[in-house]
Parts: sequence; C-alpha cells; structure tokens
Amino acid sequence: MSNKAGKRVAADPQDCLELAEKMLSLALAAGADAAEVLVRDGAELEVKLRMGEPELVKEAGSRGLGLRVLKDQRAAVTYTSDFAPAAMRTFAEESVALSRLAEPDPLAALPDREEMARDIPALDLWDESVLSIDVAEAMRWTKVGEKAALASDTRVTNSEGSSFGRGVGASAFATSAGFSGAYRGSHVSFVVEPVCDDTSDGAGKKRNGYHYTSSRFLDGLQAAEAVGIEAARRTVAKLGSRKVATCQVPAVFTPEAGRSLLGQFAGVISGGAVWRKSTYLAEREGTPVASPLVNIVDDPLLPRAPGSRPFDGEGLAARPNVVVSEGVLRTFLCDVYSARKLGRRSTGSAGRGLGGGPHVSTSNFILRPGKSSTEEITRLDQGLLVTDLMGFGFNPVTGDFSQGAGGFWIDKGGRAFPVSEVTISINFDDLWKGIDAVADDLDTRSSVQCPSFRVAKVTVAGT
Amino acid sequence: MTVGTIQQAIPPYPATPLDSIDERTALRLLGAALDSGGEHADLYFEYRSGSDISFEEGRVRTVGRAIVIGLGVRVVRGDASGYAYTEELSENRMLDAARTAGQIASAGGAPAPVALATKSLPSFYPVRELSLARPGEEKVALLRRADAAARAFDPRIVRVEAGFAEGWSDVLVVSSDGTMARDRQPMVRFGISAVAEEKGKRQSGRSGTAKRRGLDLFAEPGATPEDHGREAARLAIAMLHAEEAPAGPMEVVLAAGESGILLHEAVGHGLEADFNRKQTSNYSGQMGKQVASTLCTVVDDATLASARGSINVDDEGIPGGRNVLIEKGILVGYMQDRISARHFGVKPTGNGRRESFRHPPMPRMTNTMLLAGNEDPQDIIASVGRGVYAKRFSGGQVNISNGDFVFALTESYLIEDGKLGAPLRGVNLIGNGPEVLRNVTMVGHDFLLSDGTWTCGKDGQSVPVGIGTPTVKIKEITVGGTRTP
Repeated sequence: MSNKAGKRVAADPQDCLELAEKMLSLALAAGADAAEVLVRDGAELEVKLRMGEPELVKEAGSRGLGLRVLKDQRAAVTYTSDFAPAAMRTFAEESVALSRLAEPDPLAALPDREEMARDIPALDLWDESVLSIDVAEAMRWTKVGEKAALASDTRVTNSEGSSFGRGVGASAFATSAGFSGAYRGSHVSFVVEPVCDDTSDGAGKKRNGYHYTSSRFLDGLQAAEAVGIEAARRTVAKLGSRKVATCQVPAVFTPEAGRSLLGQFAGVISGGAVWRKSTYLAEREGTPVASPLVNIVDDPLLPRAPGSRPFDGEGLAARPNVVVSEGVLRTFLCDVYSARKLGRRSTGSAGRGLGGGPHVSTSNFILRPGKSSTEEITRLDQGLLVTDLMGFGFNPVTGDFSQGAGGFWIDKGGRAFPVSEVTISINFDDLWKGIDAVADDLDTRSSVQCPSFRVAKVTVAGT
Repeated sequence: MTVGTIQQAIPPYPATPLDSIDERTALRLLGAALDSGGEHADLYFEYRSGSDISFEEGRVRTVGRAIVIGLGVRVVRGDASGYAYTEELSENRMLDAARTAGQIASAGGAPAPVALATKSLPSFYPVRELSLARPGEEKVALLRRADAAARAFDPRIVRVEAGFAEGWSDVLVVSSDGTMARDRQPMVRFGISAVAEEKGKRQSGRSGTAKRRGLDLFAEPGATPEDHGREAARLAIAMLHAEEAPAGPMEVVLAAGESGILLHEAVGHGLEADFNRKQTSNYSGQMGKQVASTLCTVVDDATLASARGSINVDDEGIPGGRNVLIEKGILVGYMQDRISARHFGVKPTGNGRRESFRHPPMPRMTNTMLLAGNEDPQDIIASVGRGVYAKRFSGGQVNISNGDFVFALTESYLIEDGKLGAPLRGVNLIGNGPEVLRNVTMVGHDFLLSDGTWTCGKDGQSVPVGIGTPTVKIKEITVGGTRTP
C-alpha cells in the first residue's frame, strides 16, 4: 500500500540530493556566505495488535529539509517541509534574514574543505525486502508473537500488545564547503509485551515485560514465536518481585540495563559537554576514567549496524574512534564547533537532525565484550542482577547517579528472587572504575551496544 | 450551514493555510476515510509556527525557525485505529491519507456526515499579542538580562546558557460526528542553566518557565529573566556544598509546586483510561475504592488560565475540562479519550491528546494536581524528626503495571529535629503509587502550580503538561542516597 498511484517513491537518495543542492544554491543566492542542507525522506509502517485484535495500523511518508546558513559569522537553523519552488526560495531568503539576529562567532563556520569526506563507503544499510512487508504480513507477525507469549505460560494473563514496525529512509547532505552525498537505510523491529497478574502481595499489581528484535535487514529478525516465548519468560520471572534491605553489594547489569549507563557515558565524553564544563570528565582526557577492563569504541562503519553512517552530520568522513582503551580516556568525541572550542580537529562525530544544527552524536557506541560468560560474572555470594533502570537521576556535571532499579537478588551463586522498587546509587566515576568483570554477551540490536558487566559495589536503597 | 470557508483568522493570530480548508473538502475526506466502513473518523489539521534563540558565552549562538503543516487522519473500528498523515495539503495527498487510514475497516460502520457544526470553545489562554509578532531583539534582551543576573549573583558562576522558544499551533479537528473545532494554542518557554565552580568542584542549576502566554509574561514579578537567572545561579551555588544523601526508607516532605510530579507519576498515568480499559494498570478495577489517604483529592484540570497543560479543546475535538480523579482518597474518575470513553460507557473527558498530526491521540494528562489541605507548611516540616525535604526535581517515571515510580531530586535538604539542614546531592526517590498515596499524612494549605517547562512522554509522544501540589508529608518512601545507615 505504499506505492499507490500519486505517491512518491519513498526514500530515493537521488531525489533528496537534488532538493538539497537546489536549496543550497538558493541559500547562497539569497546572500548566505556558507550553507549546509539536510533532506530526509522516509516512510513508515507500524502495526500493533493486542489480545488477538488489531489496535493500530499507521502508515505514512514524511519529507523534510533542515538548513543552516552562515552570514557574517552569524548562524540560523531552519526547517521546512514545503518543497514548492516559490516556497523554497522564500524559505532561503527568510533563513538568511533570520541570521541577522544571531551574533558573530568566528568559530561558527563550516568545516575546512580538506576535512570533508571524499568518498562514501558502502555500508550495506539497505534491504529492499523490508518493503515487502505489508499490513497483513506485519499483522501476522504480531498475531504469532503475542499468541506464543500467551500460550507459553498460563501465568501470562494479559498483554500490552505486540508491534511490528518497518521504516525506510533516505538522507542527503549538501554543503558549500564542498560536499554532497546521500544514502538510504532500512529498519525493521518487532516487540511483544506480555502482562501477568501478581497476586503475591495482594496489592493487585501487574508485572510487565518485553522482548524485542530489530535489524536493518528483514532476515536479521528473530522469529516471531521465539520473541513471544522469550518475552513471556522475562515477564513471568518478575512475579513476586519485592524490595531488599538497604545495603552495599556488587551489581551485575544486563546488556539492556547497561546500555542506558553506556548511553549516559556517551554524554559525558561529548566535546559539547566538555567545553561547556558540563561533564565531570572535562579535564580527564588521557587519564583513567574506568576500570582497565573497559574498552569503548564509536564505530560508524560497521556493515549493517543500526547506528552506521557513511559520513557525519557535517559531511566529514565517518571513522571509528577509540574512546576508552583499558580504562584510559583516549579522546572526547567532537563535531567541528566543539573541536574548534577545544583547539583540535573534529573526530567526525557530528549528528544532524532536521530541526537543529550539528551536534556531537555517537554512531555505534560499543563497550567491547570481555571473555567471561554471563553466568560466570553473576556467580556471586550476594548481589543484585539489574535488568531494568528507570528515571532521570543522573547529573553529568557531578557524576551523581541515583536511579530506580529492578532485577534479581543473587544469593550463593544463583538467582534467589525477583527485585523491584529499589534504587541504585553511586557516583558515575566510581561506577566505571568499579567494573570488575565484563561478559561476552554483547547485544547488537541497538546503536548503543553493551555486554553484561559487574560493578564491585553499589548502594542499593530498599527497606 | 452553507458550504464555504470554515473559519477565518482571528487576531492576534495571522492567517494560515488552514483558513482555506473548507467544509466541502473536510466532508469529502471524511467520506473517503469511512469508505471501507469504520465507526468513527477524524481529521486533525495542524499548522505550527515556532522560533528559538540559544544564548551562551554572552552572545546569541543560533537562531532557529520552523513551520510545520500537516493532516492526520484516523479511522476507528472497535478498539482499533487506522492512521495516516500527510505534510502536503493537496487534495490528492489528503484523500490518499484518508483512504490509507480507512484500511483498518473492512465492513459496516457509520455513514459520513453531510454537514458540519462548529463547536464553540472556551478561551483559557487569551493573548493580546503573539510573542512571534514582537521583534527578535526583545527576546535577545530577555536572554541577556537573565545571563547578566546569573553572572552577577556570585563570582563562582563560571558558565551560563539560556534559551528562548516561542510558537503557536493552529489546530482544526473535524470529526465524523459532524462537529469541528478550531483552536489556536500559544506557548512561550524560557530556560537558563548555570554552572558554579569552586576549588575544582562543579555544580549546575536550572530555572525556567513555560506558559500559554505572550512576552508580557516576563514582566511579572517572579517571572522576570532576572528571577530565573538568579534562581539558576542560587541552585548551582547551593549545591556546591551538598552532602551525600542517606539511603533507605524515611519521612519525606515535598515542597509545594513542582513536587506535583508525585501526582503525575504515582497516580496520573495509572488513571489514563487506556491502561484501565486494557487492565494493564495497577489501578484497574479500583473505581470507587480507597486508593489514597483521605487527605488526597487529585484533579486533572485543563482549564487553568494560561497554564502549560491547559487546552480549550483536546486533539479529538472534545472541550478541555476539570476532572476529579481521586476525591478524599476514593478513585472516582479516569482520564478518557473517545475510544476508552465508549468502552466504559462514559463521556470523553477532553484528555485525548497527541504530539502532532503525525500521531494518533490517546488519553493524556493536562494539569494534574493535588488540592490544598489545612496544614501550615512550617508545621509539616517541624513535625519531622529525621527526613528529607524535597524542593526541586528534574523528572520522573512510572511503571504502569506494578505502580513503581521514581522521581529525581535536584534540590533537597536533610530535615533533623524539625529543621532544615544541609543540602543533599542529587538523589532519587522510589515508591509505589497506591502505597505512597496512602502514606500521605499531612497536606498543606499552600497549593502552588509549578510554572516549569514540564513535558510528558508516553508511547514515544511528548505533550506539554502542568503539575502542582501543596506541601505534603509522606510518612515513608525510599530515598535512594549513597549513605547507608
């Protein structure tokens, strides 16, 4: 249903590039000293089913353009979805006029020409067969997945539903610093979210859980049944969750929970946070910031990976950056502006959205897996296995970290009972330095990729 | 009603492309949407115009501008929705979206209406002049004043960053029940953050406000740029000497105002009707039962003058209202959208909201708050032997199924022997909704609506909301500090 008469072909990189280049020349003609244009065109299908009945079918295409103009060292960032020729011209003129309100900033200039990407590596990010999934096929996935969850365990009594989503998108970038390029990518994901009634404490609580699979390629998805069964297993395991006494114990973070910590770490090594003094690591480049077991890389060039990109948000060549090796912070990740602020070169780490200017953004941000098995690192006399984190309790300026947590109490080497409604608190610096084991179970489903890891001691607040 | 233009521009709002959507077009689109069946359909036309200015290191860093236009079409059959949208308001594209949304339906259903009646709406956020109509220099001046006030507050303030955002949405909702409603929804937002540094130690503080107002907001006492600049600086300085927070259950006093996040997380989400229709909320089946201390009356109120969460009409064309959720501890109402209201056999409550034309509506909060009690706030603090006084927050989250919720404190103090003591480092509180509300033992007479920039996320959709509460004492909640007893 995505190619009915009258609809554009979704996600055509060449179309996007033509529009980007057209807007670039309009902006320069309107008086901009320099300009860069991002055009994105995409299409999405989302199908959701709950308790065997369809709940949502959403299907649409979307196209937009983001422009950054510089005039007399003044910057304006603007957005439009109106591609009528007259509207594009007016938009370019208004954007240049808007820049007058900004104040001159000598560093607000496009990258130097020699910094720009020269070629665009093929990263295998596009799977045509994603488009073959129509509403009926997506619905079949959701039906099979949810049914498998409900059938696999009688304690699964309800469901938040099952969703299948597919998206395709093209992205084109053109700049007056001498770069233009375009690429396209596809993405599919599938999730099942079972619910159980928990009668253990008489409070009428439910326990929810989920399992998902996602890939750029259709054949990269786990089967629907398997996802449903795993989702049920994870949800049922939470039945009877309770608090534990306030204590200080080792904590093992699963890849899902660890991922949010790793994502927060990406924020505190960002060049933008460094020159703004809004990270506790601002003066720590070249020094130990984590345990020697910690190796972190940001790699945009991994074939088929969710966060891969052939060039960065300013048209610079994408490149892998070793961020932490054996616990030592090797580099901050920088876009052009933050690099200039810090007196260095960009690491090619700019991201760019339609609605805003360039900013530091990770690609595939990966905590390298270790050699131990998950079982080995959870073999503790006592400890907490953390599967869920919740809340906003992180201050990047001080590193103070305090978040809600759920998971399992570990006693004498094994899982004793499920835990919820506790918090974990520790300073972020102590957390990363306190890692005493990293497992081999790297989770590659998202662009922030983490294996299980263990922190020697955290404060758990409960009863 | 005659066929023609639906409604023209109303000052101070300028004309938009929505002015040219006529009744005939709307009826044709509804017809196409319901062509395959379906019980209900609605069209959501949106024009959004916004601008923002970022200010750091004493100068305007960037200026931004965006105009977004689109139409979202929804077709409902039972509990199921078909949804499609287009950014182009050409006849073909709109018809295409209507038919795509209609694919959810297969048979039966309601006929499309033959005429449309305009709903008359209340006016909870009149503005005399749109902020966007004022020269940019006036907004830059606000940012400069805030920046200067923050820096002047204390020499230990080493960095200041401020931002101003303004915009308004023109919204036209046309429903297959034959009604249409058009609303203009303004918003201005101002925020500032400051970093303080002393002997290599850094701390940050923030302040900000967002309301459905014009620039005149910033002339009012307590809302001036200087007020926000000083508040951000005060917080950063105060936190320089913050101590490690205790860990474990204890008495907590929540200050009036932004502690209202408690209501948003502990009960608000759990009382959104979709979760209860699906029986996935821990409040499912609790209607008419005692779910909180008798001191607690909780309302969701879309009618507060110019508040961030107020709406004249929701995104399904139902007028915004004041809905009591919990009365003296008894659960009396859910927040409904059309689908859930039909399921429960009640009237929609005006809580069907969406992020934009790209999103289907669902039950959402507007301004959610706990009403005032009788206690003097000083007496509440004085009644605590050892506990935590929580004043400012960065955000919260809830697990809807088991009711566990957290909220993160950015300013809090130890209470010892009924007196405020040392400031505490950033810490989280965790509790279970019904348990914590049963543990409310004192409620102050000092109700305050937070003027903060609160945004609520659900299923990937963000909407502006308001929160408010008087001073409240909770006899026990878990404080997630680092210091074990």
